[in-house]
Amino acid sequence: MNEYLVNPNLYNDDVAQDTIRGGFGRGLKAAGEKNDKIVALCADLTESTQVHIFREAFPDRFIQTGIAEQNLVAVASGLALVGKIPFASSYAAFNPGRNWEQIKTTIALNEQPVKVVGGHAGIGVGPDGATHQMLEDIALMRVLPNMVVVVPGDAIEAEKATMAIAENGKPSYIRLARVKTPIISTPESPFEIGKAYILREGSDVSLMGTGVMTYQLMVAAKILAEKGISAEVVHVPTIKPLDNDTILASARKTGRVVTAEEAQAAGGFGGAVAELLSEKMPTPLIRIGIQDRYGESGEPAELFEFFGLTGVPIAKKVEDFVHSTAQYHREY
Amino acid sequence: MGGRLTLSQLQHKANDLREDVISMLEAAGSGHSAGALGLADIFAALYFNILNIDPKDPNWSERDIFFLSNGHTVPIQYAAMAESGFFPKEELLTLRKLGSRLQGHPERIKLPGLENTSGPLGSGLSQAAGVAYSFQYLDNAKHRFCYTIMGDGELDEGNVWEAAMFAGKYKLSQLIAFIDRNNIQIDGSTEDVMPLEDLKAKWESFGWYVIEIDGHNIASIIAAANTAKAVTNKPCIIIAHTIPGKGVDFMEYDYRWHGVPPNSEQAKDALQKLRTLDGKIIPGDYAL
Repeated sequence: MNEYLVNPNLYNDDVAQDTIRGGFGRGLKAAGEKNDKIVALCADLTESTQVHIFREAFPDRFIQTGIAEQNLVAVASGLALVGKIPFASSYAAFNPGRNWEQIKTTIALNEQPVKVVGGHAGIGVGPDGATHQMLEDIALMRVLPNMVVVVPGDAIEAEKATMAIAENGKPSYIRLARVKTPIISTPESPFEIGKAYILREGSDVSLMGTGVMTYQLMVAAKILAEKGISAEVVHVPTIKPLDNDTILASARKTGRVVTAEEAQAAGGFGGAVAELLSEKMPTPLIRIGIQDRYGESGEPAELFEFFGLTGVPIAKKVEDFVHSTAQYHREY
Repeated sequence: MGGRLTLSQLQHKANDLREDVISMLEAAGSGHSAGALGLADIFAALYFNILNIDPKDPNWSERDIFFLSNGHTVPIQYAAMAESGFFPKEELLTLRKLGSRLQGHPERIKLPGLENTSGPLGSGLSQAAGVAYSFQYLDNAKHRFCYTIMGDGELDEGNVWEAAMFAGKYKLSQLIAFIDRNNIQIDGSTEDVMPLEDLKAKWESFGWYVIEIDGHNIASIIAAANTAKAVTNKPCIIIAHTIPGKGVDFMEYDYRWHGVPPNSEQAKDALQKLRTLDGKIIPGDYAL
């Protein structure tokens, strides 16, 4: 089991909140201080992706590409060839939404250590609506050989994840949310690319979350505990490489798995876990996420309620699942 | 590198590259004939005169960088790399075969000396701009240049014009791009499929210095590269007018040879024409 330090105030009403993109912005500056090979590119969204923190610290290592996401990542590929570590930032709707082929050919197949930064991902982007609510990026990026895919769970972890991918020497994608979300970890909590973490132990069902959904699963687990259901919460900030060992061990222990992501349930994190379980250890599974539809305008909190991505509806769904499904592996 | 080749030797080298390409494509049984043959003179000039590279040390830290953006013409690059010593010439006949380092479209990680992975069109100029930006603004490497070759049909891609704006904005003077202006693409003439003219005015309006040359005149190719290196306030584009299939009369000017290889009879015929020069390539005997 991977030891994890959960924010002790996580269940308080006044749990600290911060933006994951802000954590990224601070992490990028910190990475830049450690390594002068790091350069940042942005496609006309420098403040909203929080790359302006890096730009202000290292103006000579910031490159403005304008609204041209194909050029953004292919220029980054060229920079990487001559020894730079480029972070190429825009909104996830366009990066990788617009430029996936350039990412595949010039970065992933070409094995250049470019860091693709997808900001404002998921329904949490809010009122901008479906065109800007990128829900397919996890699926698009995790099918690329050589690509590392990281979805931080809070601002603190985003900072650590940014510093980690800066030094991993590999093509990498990091997915960022726009709005403030609860802090689930502490500065002392571990973050390692490729590792999943048990935030709460349980025996009846495993709730596996990525990104901001891990907090919602923690809330659901508390509600479930009050109903006598013991839920284990597994935080999975790296979608690729997936921490197969931790996921399989938890599934073996509880015999029921629930995945949750603020993205299409098809093809994304839930898809990755479904592939793993069905091949290695078939286990009853439900996937929480957006169910084969697009988003729409609304305040982020309203949208999380509307799509059933908060603790209460998740707890209800899990309760039904637990009551209707035998613990698979325990029956062997 | 050793002594430079004379113009006459370069012209003969271009012919050797054409012969290599015919043999490779015949052996492969698939591939793109016309563009590869049309670029032979430019590749002879690049690999035997213009590029500051070391075949014995492909990752030499001070080298010039060359990106082939229209990756389907890569047989001519493989021929130039083998002829200049990057790998044994025998390996040329493995083109497109399972297990070969000579993939149908170039893959950097497979073959030392390749600088990029390309095939999907439109991204080479962006990659070259990234390198040129690094040389000019991050590395203080004024002595290094980044070259790329694009096809003319490739200019249909929007990504090219994103890169054109970017390089123009940053005045990337160490970026030198060739356009293989052979007027054909898969579905026919470029001006029928999607008109490109006025090409010179387009690039000038994006902030580029434009040079137009006969892409089969090796002295002009080298002179254009030297001019491009001397221009210090703009990126340079060299519009090289070429004949698709150059050197093999039954392939010349015929867009149907864009994406097919010669069969064994055609290859024999083509090699015969190339070896006698067939009046198409007239070697000069004066040194540069």
